[in-house]
Amino acid sequence: MAALNGAGLIRACPRAGLGHRLDAATWAELARRPDPPLLALWAEPTTIHAVFLDRGAPLPVSLPLSERRFPALSPMRPGAAAAERMIHDLWGIEAWGGQDGRPLLDHGRWELINPLSPRPLRRDAPGPVPEFRAPPAAGAHRLEYGPIPAAIDGPEHRQLILRGEEVLAAEFRPGYAHRGMLGLMLGKSPRAAARYPARLAADSTLAHSLAFALAAEGAVGVTLPPRALALRALLAELERAASHLWHLSRLAQAAQAPLPAEEALLLREVLLEAAAAAFGRRLPMDLVLPGGLAEDITPEGPARLQGALAAIGREWPRLRRQAERLARRLAGLGRIDPRLVAQVAAGGPPARAAGIDQDLRRLPGYAPYEELEPRCLIEAGGDAAARCALWLAEADDSWRMIRLLVDALPAGPWQVALPAAAGEGLGLVEGPRGPCLAWLRLDGGGLIEAAFLQDPATAQLPLLEAALTAAPLEAAEVVRASLPVPAAGMDL
Amino acid sequence: MTLPRLIAQALRPPLTRRPAAPERTEVMALAARLAATGRRAPPEALAVRHIDGGGCGGCAMELAAAQGLAHGLAALGIRFVEDPAAADVLLLTGPVTRNMAPAVARAIERLPPGALVLAVGDCALDGGVFKGSYAVLGGLETLARPDLRLPGCPPAPSRVVDAFATLIAALAQAGAGAGQERG
Repeated sequence: MAALNGAGLIRACPRAGLGHRLDAATWAELARRPDPPLLALWAEPTTIHAVFLDRGAPLPVSLPLSERRFPALSPMRPGAAAAERMIHDLWGIEAWGGQDGRPLLDHGRWELINPLSPRPLRRDAPGPVPEFRAPPAAGAHRLEYGPIPAAIDGPEHRQLILRGEEVLAAEFRPGYAHRGMLGLMLGKSPRAAARYPARLAADSTLAHSLAFALAAEGAVGVTLPPRALALRALLAELERAASHLWHLSRLAQAAQAPLPAEEALLLREVLLEAAAAAFGRRLPMDLVLPGGLAEDITPEGPARLQGALAAIGREWPRLRRQAERLARRLAGLGRIDPRLVAQVAAGGPPARAAGIDQDLRRLPGYAPYEELEPRCLIEAGGDAAARCALWLAEADDSWRMIRLLVDALPAGPWQVALPAAAGEGLGLVEGPRGPCLAWLRLDGGGLIEAAFLQDPATAQLPLLEAALTAAPLEAAEVVRASLPVPAAGMDL
Repeated sequence: MTLPRLIAQALRPPLTRRPAAPERTEVMALAARLAATGRRAPPEALAVRHIDGGGCGGCAMELAAAQGLAHGLAALGIRFVEDPAAADVLLLTGPVTRNMAPAVARAIERLPPGALVLAVGDCALDGGVFKGSYAVLGGLETLARPDLRLPGCPPAPSRVVDAFATLIAALAQAGAGAGQERG
C-alpha cells in the first residue's frame, strides 16, 4: 500500500458512481499525506464526497459513513479547513482532528441547525457568531470592518492584525451571503433548480449554470448537439472577457487610475449590449439550462457580436497601454507564493498568475475547446501586476475564440430533452475566476435528491488573506481588488 | 488632460443614453406618496448608501455599471456615501439574509429622519428565488417600508438610471408642493 502514490491508492479502491468508493483505512491513509491535492469536499447525510486532482484532472471519490464524523483532511491540506467547517454547519458531520473547529457559514441566526442533516433541529435562540482568530502577538492591534463594505459590493467582514501599519495577519469571515441554496434545490427538477447555480455569484453566472447543466446531463447520460456546445463556449468566453474587464476596472478604481477604470467599463458595456442583442439579456442569467440553452442566438446576434469585437479591437491597444502603466505601479504588491497556491489547490487566474499551469479548458474531453485551442497563458510574478496582465491576456484570447465560434456556428438543434431518470453527475467548468463545480444526485423521478456547488472563492480566500498580509496597509484595497473573492460565491 | 478618443466617442449616442423622461403620472403618484410619508431629500444631489443584503451580486454589478460613463447615474447628481447617517437614500440589492439582517437593520436605524429606502431587484423586493429559505429573512420590507421598488433579475443599468430620474422628479415635485402649502 505504501508503494502507491495517493492517486494510486484511490484507483485501487472499487469504482462506484462517478469515481471510487474509499474504505475508512484508505481515507485515513490519504488524510496522513498531502498528495493528491484536494479540489472539493462536501457531504450527504451519510456520505462524504471529495474530488482530488491527479495531474490536474479530477478524481472523484466517496466515503460511506457509519458515524457522523470522518478523519479530517485539513492537517495535511490546509485548504480543506473551510470545507470541513461548512460540512459541520450544513450536515452536522464532524471532521475529526480538523484544523479549525469554528463554524463557517452558520452565524447562529438560521431557522434550522444543521439544515441539510437528516433531521435538522429548529433553532430557539440565536447562537454565537464565529469568532475571528486571536491576535498572534503582543503589541499588535486589531482592525475589524464589515460586513457592509465601503464600495458598491457584496458583504465583506474582515479583520486585520496590525503592528503600526504592518499587516501581520488578515482574515475574512464568510457566511453573510448564505442563502441556503443547496436546501432550496432539493426535490426540484434540474431545470427548475438551475436558477440557483445561476445566482451563486453574478460574475460567474454562466460558468456555474454550465457546470450544473453538465452535472445534470451527465447524470442521465444525454449528449448535446454541436450547436449547443458551440453556443455555450461562446457564452463562456463572453462571460470570461466581461468578467476580466469588470475586475480590471475595479482594480484600476482601487488603484486610483480612473482612465483604465472607465475604459474597461466602457468596453464591457460594448460587449454586454451586443450580448443583450444576441441573447436577450446583458448578464447570461438562466441562459444555459440542463439539456441545452433557454434560447438560440438571435438572427442579428452574430453580426452584433462581430461589430462589438471590431469596436473593442480598435480600442484594445489603448486599454493595454493604460493597463501596462497600471501594472507597473502594482509590481510586487500582494505577491502569492506558488507553494501556497498548490497547497490549497486554488486554480484560475490567481494560480496562472503565480506561474502554475492549470486550466480545465485545456484538459482532454473539455468540449468544444479541443478545436479552439485555448492558449497556455502564464505570468510568473504572482503579484497584483501579474494578475492584471493575465486578465488582459486572457480576455485577448477570449476575443480570438469568440471570433472563431461566431464565424462558424454549427447549424442544427440547440437543446435536447432530459429524461426523468435516476443518476449522479459532476460538472467542472473553468469559470472566469477559476474552477466551478456542480454535483447532483437524481432520484428515480428525475428530481434532485442531493446537490453541491463550489465557487473558486473557497480555495482562493486563503490566497487573498496571504496576499493582504504581505502588503502595506495602504495598499490593502488594491490587493483586495486584484484577487476578487466574492462572498456570494463561497457562502452558498 | 484631454479625454481619450474612446470616452469622447462614448459620450455620443447610442452607447451613452440619457435617462428617459419620467412618466408624469408616475412622478405625481410617487410625489404624493413621499409627501404623505414625510420623505424628503434634495433632488439635485442625492447621497445614496448601497447595501447588498447577501445576494449574488448581479444587481450591485448593474448598479456600479450605471455609475459608469455609458449610463451616467453620476450625471443625475447621484453620489454614493459610506455613512448611512450622511445618506438621503438607502438602496438595498439582494435578499436580506438572516446573517446580514442585524447589519442592515443597524444601517437603517442610522438613517436621518425622512430618508428614503429603495428596493432594487427581485430579491430586494421580497427575497426573490430565495424566499422561504431557512437562511433568508426576505426582502427589504421585512425591515423597512420601501418608497420605491424596481423589479428585475437584475434590472439593467438604464432602468436604474430611469428610476432615479423618476425619483428626482418626484422629490422636486414634492418639494415644490410643500413650498406652496407653506407659502
